[in-house]
Amino acid sequence: MAESSGEYIKHHLTNLTYGRHPDGTWGFAENADQAANMGFWSINVDSMGWAVALGAVFCVVFGIAARRATAGVPGGLQNAVEMIVDFIDDTVSSIFQHRNDLIAPMALTIFVWVFLMNLMDLVPVDWIPEAAKLMGVEFMKVVPSTDPNITLGMALAVFILVIFYSIKVKGIGGFLKELLCHPFEAPKGGNPVVRGLLIVILAPINLILEGVTLLAKPVSLGLRLFGNLYAGEMIFILIALMYGGIVIGVFGAALQWAWAMFHVLIITLQAFIFAVLTVVYLAQAHDTEEDH
Amino acid sequence: MNITATLIGQTLAFAVFVWTCWKFIWPVLISAMRERQKTIADGLEAAEKAQRDLEHAEARVEEHLNGARTEARQIVEQARSQAAEMVEEAKTVAQAERERILEAAQADIEQEMNRAREALRGRVAELAIAGASRIVEGDLDRSRHDALLNKLAAEL
Repeated sequence: MAESSGEYIKHHLTNLTYGRHPDGTWGFAENADQAANMGFWSINVDSMGWAVALGAVFCVVFGIAARRATAGVPGGLQNAVEMIVDFIDDTVSSIFQHRNDLIAPMALTIFVWVFLMNLMDLVPVDWIPEAAKLMGVEFMKVVPSTDPNITLGMALAVFILVIFYSIKVKGIGGFLKELLCHPFEAPKGGNPVVRGLLIVILAPINLILEGVTLLAKPVSLGLRLFGNLYAGEMIFILIALMYGGIVIGVFGAALQWAWAMFHVLIITLQAFIFAVLTVVYLAQAHDTEEDH
Repeated sequence: MNITATLIGQTLAFAVFVWTCWKFIWPVLISAMRERQKTIADGLEAAEKAQRDLEHAEARVEEHLNGARTEARQIVEQARSQAAEMVEEAKTVAQAERERILEAAQADIEQEMNRAREALRGRVAELAIAGASRIVEGDLDRSRHDALLNKLAAEL
């Protein structure tokens, strides 16, 4: 290990970023500082590439299963796929009581896609980056869900859907009313002028509270997944630092095995949590005032 | 770890994958599963119906068997009483026959006895004449004594 531990860790946490250098030329960033200087309009090619590739894996595998799907005796692939579909279908139908046929397929996509992205965490941390280095690519971060852009990007999509369905189900008026007249409601009856005044006074307070509630959903959704996976990845990197001497290396291997076993639980659980919370948020978006 | 356009890229990728799954994957899989579920449910129902039918048929068979058993018992009973009756009747007929045969035999015996007696009577007359002629050693005229001899024979 030629580089120091700090450099090793930093190298592992740097994305392969493509964007516009401050001097106006386009290209890959050669280090983390250059990437930071590119500002918003740059793209993490590694995270994006792996995310799209894994999403494609999901689509292809499930697409093949769908193409071969028969009502007869299912084969091995179909069995596995149907088990997941059935599991998601059960989960969604127990949480989401409204009629919307987008929710279940979306939950399936999220669950499998996030699971696959998390699964990259179990690939030993040096394998793919070293292979990429041999091919001349300096940085390669292989776990898309350790990139906040990826997790927050999905959370943003969920947030857009929440807003879309809130307005679609309740109308703009209903949605605004929900933002402005909750949680503090002006008491019914009494002097209409006083009540009107009360509503106007309470509206900004309600807007702040409800706005925070609304925004906290996607932010927490994205950051939860990112935080869990980033921490897990970091531990793998720290364990990988131990592969120097024989004795401590063997100890490190045992640790890596143990952490991987534990991590299998985490990646599945986090994928499931992301999918379920998405369904829950969308179910709340469908809830009309009477359901409160 | 900067927030970059990757975020927007991922949002778009999310939309594309969810749309793909929504339009092309989920409906096909779920309809195949529902169809299989229905097939299995139908099969189970059919099996249950067949089971019910079988039980029904078994009950009917049992009923028929019981009927047949009762009937057979009745027939046997009837046959037995009929046989007894027939035996009784045969006994009566045999008794009558026996009496008739006995009577006939008695009559025959009587007849035979008479005939023997008749013959005996003749013989006795002859013997008497022979005896008498020996005793008398005379020329007893047979024709003269015939009437006397016949009278003697009739007295025997």
